[in-house]
Amino acid sequence: MSLTPQLVLFEEDHRKLLAVSERLVADANAKAVFLVDRNGQLVTEAGELKGIDTTSLASLVAGNVAATQGLAKVIGEPDFPTHFHQGERDNVHITLVAQRIILVVVFDERSSLGLVRLRVKKAGQRLSEVFDEIFKRAEAEMDGEGPASPFSEISDEDIDNLFSD
Amino acid sequence: MAFINYSAREINCKLVYYGPGLCGKTTNLKYIYEKTAADAKGKMISLATETERTLFFDFLPLALGEIRGFKTRFHLYTVPGQVFYDASRKLILKGVDGVVFVADSQEERFEANVESLENLKANLREQGYDYDKIPVVIQYNKRDLPNAVSVESLREALNPTGKNPDFEAAAQSGKGVFETLKALARLVLQELKKGSR
Repeated sequence: MSLTPQLVLFEEDHRKLLAVSERLVADANAKAVFLVDRNGQLVTEAGELKGIDTTSLASLVAGNVAATQGLAKVIGEPDFPTHFHQGERDNVHITLVAQRIILVVVFDERSSLGLVRLRVKKAGQRLSEVFDEIFKRAEAEMDGEGPASPFSEISDEDIDNLFSD
Repeated sequence: MAFINYSAREINCKLVYYGPGLCGKTTNLKYIYEKTAADAKGKMISLATETERTLFFDFLPLALGEIRGFKTRFHLYTVPGQVFYDASRKLILKGVDGVVFVADSQEERFEANVESLENLKANLREQGYDYDKIPVVIQYNKRDLPNAVSVESLREALNPTGKNPDFEAAAQSGKGVFETLKALARLVLQELKKGSR
């Protein structure tokens, strides 16, 4: 399949992404920062909203971005790379980084849209660098140059055991 | 494509329920939701119209258990079946790891099944997938209705080579629902194994 490579995240990647996310929470005075794969998988979370239903959040954010991109195409735009939702208390700022990852910033009156925009721009560059490395490695793995995956060891028995109930 | 997270020791896979309008995709998910232990499921989300027709998608996250120390998580999505929601269907297929094609066994929906399967193949192609190469399981739903056509004729139209595992179901009562899901989960994990070295 000629598709985007599978996203494989190692401990070291996670550490780097989390560091950038936590820095963004502090710099932008945000409540929380989430990184979500375009397919709807949560990559990292940082900030004070820990404990909310992040699985739902990730899936809805990805659906939202996909629908907005579809809308952009209908009116002749390639994409709307940034969107902003304004609520009574909390607001959500959404941007795409490295074409494939959605950066979500949740903030309230302690911050402002201008500040969030400014800080997101800087953090976005750093995140793009990290993701570029991750995707480059994934592509190399697809070409058979990377380290062997532990899933080559999965046996039919392992799969059967999942359904043994 | 599956997302492998070494940091959280998780594998996340995306499964999509596809099929013509009112064939029972949402009913499949609702049944799975009802019958799954609370600690193995997340919240089910339905983006539906006021008349409970799927508008964008339904979403249900499931945790099946561990393989080699990795938690296996499956994210189940349905697409809106109605013909005019094609743009939304394409979006939901992005990043899919496996598809359940839910067919409506009722005689008057025969053509709708064939059209929906063709639509699935075309939409997969547009995303760079080959229907013949990705994990697909076929479910012949509504077997309990009196106007259901024979499984043989459905199979001839929807699974002529017999390449895809197929199951009879009556999703309202739950018959065949878990068999279908397990068969697809199995295919997806086998694919993951094949894809790695």
